[in-house]
Amino acid sequence: MSKRDIHISFVDVVANIRRQIRLGDPLIALGIAILGITCFAALFAQLLASDPLALNPLERLRPPDTTHWLGTDQFGRDLWSRTVYGARVSLVVGLAVATLAIAIGLLIGLVAGYVRALDGLLMRIMDGLMAIPGILLAIALVSLSGASQLTVVVAIMVPEIPRVVRLVRAMVLGVREEPYIEAAIAVGTRLPWLLLRHVLPNCMPPLIVQATYVCASAMVTEAILSFLGAGTPPEIPSWGNMMAEGRALFPIAPRIVLFPGAALALTILAINILGDRLRDRLDPKFAKRV
Amino acid sequence: MWLFIIRRLVATIPVMVVVALAVFLLLRLSPGDPATVIAGDYASAEQIARIRAQLGLDQPVQVQFIRWISQVLRGDLGVSIFSGLPVTTLIRQRVEPTLLLSITTIGLSVLIAVPLGVVAAWKANTVIDRVVMVFAVIGFSIPVFVIGYFLIYGFSLGLKFFPVQGYYSPFNDFSRFVSHITLPTLTLSTIYVALIARITRASVLEVLSEDYIRTARAKGQIETKVLLVHALGNAAIPVVTVIGLGIAFLISGVVVTESVFNIPGLGRLVVDAIVKRDYPIIQGLILFFSLIYIVLNLVIDITYTVFDPRIRY
Repeated sequence: MSKRDIHISFVDVVANIRRQIRLGDPLIALGIAILGITCFAALFAQLLASDPLALNPLERLRPPDTTHWLGTDQFGRDLWSRTVYGARVSLVVGLAVATLAIAIGLLIGLVAGYVRALDGLLMRIMDGLMAIPGILLAIALVSLSGASQLTVVVAIMVPEIPRVVRLVRAMVLGVREEPYIEAAIAVGTRLPWLLLRHVLPNCMPPLIVQATYVCASAMVTEAILSFLGAGTPPEIPSWGNMMAEGRALFPIAPRIVLFPGAALALTILAINILGDRLRDRLDPKFAKRV
Repeated sequence: MWLFIIRRLVATIPVMVVVALAVFLLLRLSPGDPATVIAGDYASAEQIARIRAQLGLDQPVQVQFIRWISQVLRGDLGVSIFSGLPVTTLIRQRVEPTLLLSITTIGLSVLIAVPLGVVAAWKANTVIDRVVMVFAVIGFSIPVFVIGYFLIYGFSLGLKFFPVQGYYSPFNDFSRFVSHITLPTLTLSTIYVALIARITRASVLEVLSEDYIRTARAKGQIETKVLLVHALGNAAIPVVTVIGLGIAFLISGVVVTESVFNIPGLGRLVVDAIVKRDYPIIQGLILFFSLIYIVLNLVIDITYTVFDPRIRY
């Protein structure tokens, strides 16, 4: 048994985990329903909710009733509206990070997998970045460059890139030995075209699956950063910010923390369930290999 | 084997260099000027210039890096801007709660997850297996701090079993330590249990189809012994690997859990430092946690040789 056989990359472990769960169809329906509701809330927040920033000192810390479905927080802001608008922040961050991390990781991974001269250097840099705890790296990036939605996205994206690079590189190393690549080289295909037309399409299915994982993980990281006070600017209602504001009042009004927390947990659960299903559909070969 | 250990040690050097370089650049490339932060709001230009010279910030970047790295190699992580204490002293003061929380978490997770995984593999594709795996996907999906608050809500505010927050050292008051550490441990364990249970299930399931398991069963070996001795022993490697990879989850989880439960550990130290922009602490702790991650994974790589005598490097 060689050393390579024993080493399980992080991506493999997660993929393996996700493969093992053969969830029944009711759960898939549940996943689609939850994610559907979240997306709907994010898209039509204006129609579903009142102003999430409106302060109302007369109605502080109200329990849920017919006007304030989830009650109000310590500033009299409507928790339902804030939770609905919070979906927007989470989904935007999740999608933006997933798209950017996959795009950049793909580029570096293709180069590392195909250009031998750069492979060693690039992978050592990725190993180093992976050794730095992602949350701490993200926190440091945000606190150093100032909190804005853009810096949050970049800060969350940076620690996600090495995992994508490792996946892409592993796929490329597998693909490059295939006869059709040899044939393409034999007919004189140039390197950029070779990567784009022949190597890339064969890396796509696992990448799409990986994107769901990156998206879920980015949403969690955004919430944690906001919760710790180094994330989305506090004036924007995000689930993490709501939880951060509710912390001090938790014994009196636990719902300020619990409602956005539940919304976050359910959304992540839905994405993970659907990611598993997607992988089973898109990528039977990968699922079997791990 | 010694050759392998030496080679493995040499291989960590470039990783550490990249980590050190990244942590260094992180602070140098950031827009803020540490000297201005240290000097405070009312400092004059000369004062700032003096502090800058003191810190060596007026030197070229490569000189700064070499000076900084040689300090780090001598075990000097710099001095906190606000408290004036060396970062290494602060780490020493705060390491106990974090270390104990990590140990109780890994211990509890292995105790719960390995039996769950073995049972799920043994009863593969039955209701028991499904239930375990559904719980695993749920446990993997709920963010650490959300679990923490739901546990506080249920067990501290609702049932009043445990105190809401705080920490007591076991060396002063052991029973208080236990009551305060239980909920944080449960919180942090959830994701780990999910991770380990699934890997245990997968690797036991793979091993159970091997010939020697059939042989063991054929000679009339009792099923418990087949599972625990023959199967689990050989399924241990992926399980140990995932415990090592989970260290990354553990480190980020500790930071969050300590904030939720108000535990004065390394996680709180770094979060407080971020709020105050105390750069040397942030830098020192990122370096410290990265080093722990690298060293633990090195140790785990080496323990493979103990778990599996077939592996010879």
